[in-house]
Amino acid sequence: MTETQPKDASAPIIKIVAMHKWYGDFHVLSDINLEVQPKERIVICGPSGSGKSTLIRCINRLEEHQQGQIIVNGTELTNDIKNIEKVRAEVGMVFQHFNLFPHLSILENLTLGQIWVRKTPKKQAEETAMMYLEKVKIAEQALKFPGQLSGGQQQRVAIARSLCMAPEVMLFDEPTSALDPEMIKEVLDVMIDLAEEGMTMLVVTHEMGFAKSVADRVMFMDEGQIVEQNNPHDFFDNPQHERTKLFLSQIL
Amino acid sequence: MSEPTQPSREYLAAPVLKIGALAWLKDNLFNSWYNSLLTVITLLGLWYLVPPFFKWAFVDSLWNSSAEACRDIDGACWSIIPNNIKFIILGFFPNGEEWRPLLAMFLLLALVVYSKERSRWNKYLGWFWVSGLIVMGTLMYGGIFGMTVVETAQWSGLPLTMMLSFFGMVAAYPLGVLLALGRRSKMPAIKTLCVVYIEMIRGVPLISLLFMSSIMFPLFLPDGMTIDKVLRAQVAIILFTAAYIAEVVRGGLQAMPRGQYEAADSLGLNYRQTMRLIILPQALKIVIPPTVGILLSAFKDTSLVVIIALYDVLKTTKVTLSNPKWTGYSTEAYIFLAVLYFICCYAMSSYSRRLEKELHTGY
Ligand SMILES: Nc1ncnc2c1ncn2[C@@H]1O[C@H](COP(=O)(O)OP(=O)(O)OP(=O)(O)O)[C@@H](O)[C@H]1O
Ligand SMILES: [Mg+2]
Repeated sequence: MTETQPKDASAPIIKIVAMHKWYGDFHVLSDINLEVQPKERIVICGPSGSGKSTLIRCINRLEEHQQGQIIVNGTELTNDIKNIEKVRAEVGMVFQHFNLFPHLSILENLTLGQIWVRKTPKKQAEETAMMYLEKVKIAEQALKFPGQLSGGQQQRVAIARSLCMAPEVMLFDEPTSALDPEMIKEVLDVMIDLAEEGMTMLVVTHEMGFAKSVADRVMFMDEGQIVEQNNPHDFFDNPQHERTKLFLSQIL
Repeated sequence: MSEPTQPSREYLAAPVLKIGALAWLKDNLFNSWYNSLLTVITLLGLWYLVPPFFKWAFVDSLWNSSAEACRDIDGACWSIIPNNIKFIILGFFPNGEEWRPLLAMFLLLALVVYSKERSRWNKYLGWFWVSGLIVMGTLMYGGIFGMTVVETAQWSGLPLTMMLSFFGMVAAYPLGVLLALGRRSKMPAIKTLCVVYIEMIRGVPLISLLFMSSIMFPLFLPDGMTIDKVLRAQVAIILFTAAYIAEVVRGGLQAMPRGQYEAADSLGLNYRQTMRLIILPQALKIVIPPTVGILLSAFKDTSLVVIIALYDVLKTTKVTLSNPKWTGYSTEAYIFLAVLYFICCYAMSSYSRRLEKELHTGY
C-alpha cells in the first residue's frame, strides 16, 4: 500500500531531494533540493526555458523525474499509478491557458473531480462548487460554458475548479501571462485572498509585485537549477548572484 | 435638469436585408454575366427534363393495376411495387408469419428512435440494444412460444438489410473507438495488434471479407461445426466498418490539445475517467461528420451481401424484376429502392446535424 508517514505540523508538505530530470538527452533539471512548509507561499521566477514549468509539473507528476526523490504530503512519487493519482488529487494546478473542459458547463467543470475522484454526492459537490464560484465572484456564470467567458473569468473558474478538490497545495504555472492587463488584477486578487487564507502555494510568475507582497520566499531558477532563494525583501534589494542581478535588472 | 454631458454617439440601425423575390433573384442568380449564363442554361435543362419526367411519373402512370394493364401505357408502372411489396420487403419469409419480421423491424425502429435523445445515453441503453437483438433474433428465428423455426437462409429483404446495417453500425462504433484507443496505447503489444488489425482490414475490399467469411472461414472450422451464414456476414460487416471508424476516431483524438489531458490528470482522474468524461466526448464530437460518412457507406454496402447469396432488399427487388410479368419495369423498382435508401440516409445525416448543434458549446 501507500507509504504514508505520520504528519506532524512541522513536516514539509513537499520535499524534493537531489532530483534530476532529462528530456531525452537534455538535462533540464539538475540537483533540485526543495522543502515547502505548510502554508508557505513560494514564487518561482527565472528566464524562459530555465525549467520553472518543468519543476512544478514534476510535483504532480505531469512530468516524470529520473533521479532523486519527490515526496508530497508523505507520499513518494514513483511509477505507482495509485500514488500518483492520490498526489494529484491533493495538489491543485492552475495552467497558463486555463485548460477548462469546453464541453462541460462551468458548474460541471467544478463538480467533475469531486464526483469522480472524491466520490462526493452530486448535490453536495454542486454546493461546494457554488461556494467557490461565489468566492471567485462568478457564481452567476455557473451554467455557461467556458467558451462564453472572458480569459480572466476562465482563469478564476480554473482556480475554483482546483479548490473544489480541497487541495493541500496549489501550483500555478504563469496563471496571468495569457491575460490582458485589465484581467490580470482580478486573477491576482483571487490568488492573494487564497494566500491570506493560508493555502500552500507555488507560483511561477513574472508578476514581481505579487512576489513582493505575497511571497514568503522567492526562488530564482536558471538553466535547470535553483540559483538563489530568499525572502522577497532580501531577494529584490540584495540579490547575491550575478545571474539573479542580471535577471532582475531586465525584468524590473 | 441639464443636458446629458457624455459625448453622444450615433447608433445606426442594422442594415435592412433586401427582401422580395426580384431582389433575391438578382442577388443570387443574375449577379454577374457568368452566373446569369449558368442560370439560363440550368433553366433550359430543367425545362427539357422536368416536364417529361413529371408526365411519365405522375400523368401517364398507373399506381395499382395488373401487369397487363401496364403494357398499354407510356408512363410509369408503379404497380410493380404494390403487387410485389410483400416479396420485396420480406423476401422468402414463410407465408402467415409476416408479423414476425414486421414486428422485429418495428422494434428496431423503436430502439433507434428511443436512442435519439442524448439524455438516454447511459449503460442501460447498451443493454437495451443487446436485449433488442435477442428479442428480434427470437422473433425472426422462432422455435419457441409456438413460433415455427425460420432458418436464417430464409431471412431476406428489408429486415435483413436493416439488421445487417443497424447492428453493424451499433457494434462497429464502440469497437472502432476501442481500436482507436488501442492504437494510441502506450503498451506495445496492444498498439501493434490494433495497427495490424486496422491496416489489414483497410487493405482489403468488403467483398473479399464477405467471401472469406462465407467460403474460406468454414474450411478452418472443425468438422460438423457450422456458424450461421447471416451471422458471419454480420461479423464481417462489423469488423470492416470498425477499422474505418477507428481511424476517424484516432484523428479526433489527435486533435485534442494536451492541456485537456493535463487538466484531467491534475484533478486525479484515472485513464478511464479521463477518456470517458473528457477526451472522448470532445473527440467524438469533432469527428461526427466523417463518422456519419462511414456509417452511411456501411449502410449502403450491406447490399454487397448478394454476392454470398443473401437476399437483401436490393436482391429481392432484382428477383422480382426477373419475373417475366414485371421485367420491363426496372426503372420504377429502382426508383422505389432509391427513395427507401435515401429516406434512411437522409434521416441519419440530418440527425447527425442536429446532434452537432446540440453538442455545440461555443468553442
Ligand atoms: N516535452 C519536452 N520535450 C523536450 N524538451 C522540453 C519539453 N518541455 C520543455 N522542454 C525544454 O525544457 C526547458 C525548460 O522548459 P520549461 O517549460 O520548464 O521552461 P520555463 O522556465 O517554464 O520557460 P517559460 O518561462 O518560457 O515557460 C526548455 O529548454 C524547453 O525547451
Ligand atoms: Mg513555463
